[in-house]
Amino acid sequence: MAGKTLFDKIWDKHVVDEIKGGPSVLYIDRHLVHEVTSPQAFAGIESRGISLFRPENTVATPDHNVPTIDQHLSIKDELSRFQVNKLTENCKKHGVTLYGLNHPYHGIVHVIGPELGITQPGLTMVCGDSHTSTHGAFGSVAFGIGTSEVEMVMATQCILQPKPKKMLISVDGELSEGVTAKDVVLYIISKISASGGTGYFIEFAGSAIRNLSMEGRMTVCNMSIESGARGGLIAPDETTLKYIKGREFAPSGADFEKAVESWKLLKSDEDAVFDLELHFDAADIEPMITYGTNPGMGAKIKAKIPTVEEIDSAARESYEKSLAYMGFEAGSPISGRKVDYVFVGSCTNGRIEDLREVAQFVKGKKKADHVTAWIVPGSKQVEKQAHKEGITEILEAAGFKLRQPGCSACLAMNDDKVPEGMLAVATSNRNFEGRQGPGSRTMLASPLTAAAAAVTGEVTDPRSLL
Amino acid sequence: MSSEKFQTIESLAVPLPIENVDTDQIIPARFLKATTREGFGENLFRDWRFDKSGAPKKDFVLNNNTYKGSILVGGKNFGSGSSREHAAWAIHDYGFKVVVSSFFADIFKNNALNNGLLPVQVSESFLLTLIRAIESNPSTLIKVDLEEQLITITDSGASESFDINPYKKECLLNGYDDIDYLLSIKEKIVEFEKSRS
Repeated sequence: MAGKTLFDKIWDKHVVDEIKGGPSVLYIDRHLVHEVTSPQAFAGIESRGISLFRPENTVATPDHNVPTIDQHLSIKDELSRFQVNKLTENCKKHGVTLYGLNHPYHGIVHVIGPELGITQPGLTMVCGDSHTSTHGAFGSVAFGIGTSEVEMVMATQCILQPKPKKMLISVDGELSEGVTAKDVVLYIISKISASGGTGYFIEFAGSAIRNLSMEGRMTVCNMSIESGARGGLIAPDETTLKYIKGREFAPSGADFEKAVESWKLLKSDEDAVFDLELHFDAADIEPMITYGTNPGMGAKIKAKIPTVEEIDSAARESYEKSLAYMGFEAGSPISGRKVDYVFVGSCTNGRIEDLREVAQFVKGKKKADHVTAWIVPGSKQVEKQAHKEGITEILEAAGFKLRQPGCSACLAMNDDKVPEGMLAVATSNRNFEGRQGPGSRTMLASPLTAAAAAVTGEVTDPRSLL
Repeated sequence: MSSEKFQTIESLAVPLPIENVDTDQIIPARFLKATTREGFGENLFRDWRFDKSGAPKKDFVLNNNTYKGSILVGGKNFGSGSSREHAAWAIHDYGFKVVVSSFFADIFKNNALNNGLLPVQVSESFLLTLIRAIESNPSTLIKVDLEEQLITITDSGASESFDINPYKKECLLNGYDDIDYLLSIKEKIVEFEKSRS
């Protein structure tokens, strides 16, 4: 019998039941909840007259719809205030732990899970948010779900889920200077397209992945959904254990040692069979940036936008529509475009390492006058750490200002909207039409490339300034 | 709580042959502030459908009186991006019962199925046939028979079968609800929990 993949090992251990010809009943260890995709689910269980089955396995925080300035004041926008208050009310009523605005543990749900030690290897984790895939960086099976499924988990701690296929993506070799985890994942998506991962759960492996920090691994798994994949995961190793040890909700003492023993078994068997295997060479990866309106439309920053002839004929109409929205010409160089906005933040790149990278890069430099830059920490803890390390001062000296935690301009549900027609270089995860505000135009890149754009005021290869 | 039973549908169809229609287009984030499931249809495809002043954009298909019906025919990789179930709610609330594409994003597909909106996945060539038939004659009727798992262009008789998970098919045909099902096996879930502790 062929060996098992890491994904199979975790999934199979969580199957409560199989419906004949149907989905699996999958047990969920941790449920993360935020204000936007939960109110209808809470209302659903209330109308059924039931309570949360395992509230102790559920943690909530408001992140999508919160302001990133003046968080000590009441939220100005009436609908946002109502929605955030609704979460507080629901959590209180149903006994769910809530890290609300101004709580020291508040932040983007996918940033606080790992930093509090809630995220652990071998677990199944869900959240009504597609970027739940982030937590796969720890060797957990984590994926985004819809609100009906949120309600299922609230009601029974289980969801009905068809088992995805398995893909292995290995990246071997060494990344060169100025090339980061974000470039790796943008590179992968540019190769397999925004739909190439659909139906799959991806395991990332290879020496270039192994050499990434936990923050980097989270960036890679976070964006696995942008290839259409159900999620991504990476087998835990020493880097993982070192990150988890000592965190608030991680096991401690003898419990930690015991957990480590089981975590060490969490890897794909040598003879495990994947439905698809792809291999990439780290040496071919350079700073990447997107030029279109889906995350698959990315290229090396020094390259040119593909000509229409280079695009498959069936996809040309969509390609041209996309470039028309961006106001970009096919065949033109990507670099050198004037940038109006720079956004550093989100569950993709709003962690302390990202802020460190930006601070180190802009130290002694100045932000271009015409650029509006929003630097948004992923959590209160990231914010606190940035103050502690002097990152805040470095940023201020270079003309930047640190905002307060939240999803912010990644999806522009709050007031952090890029105005119509403006071009933003963003460290977030989606460049869809209007994603950062109606009519806004987004180019996705690494924190380093975003910092370079903020300094020069145009799309710039960060390596030219290192 | 049972929902509406899914019946065979024969209807005109609305063509939207664009690839990678993401859920941010279907319902932009700024309309996700509601705390109920109703009323999202009003803002379906908001920024493609209306200009800044709120006036309908004439060139968008939902504003074109030529096309009507409860079947939306989209392009490849429909429903990608954000997991927001609001996208499925918006399409259903607007009046669509079926979305056809050659390829659906996973989360959207689940969300649609959980809301009585049937995602019908067809081959790329049949999708093209459908789009051509509808665009050349907007009064083309399309029949979607869930029981038989068959989509047919009524006039020409051209048809293709489609896949659906047998469990989900039963749910849709009978108006069953996943949560009712899960609640019914709660003892098993408790046993499972005991077995791993």
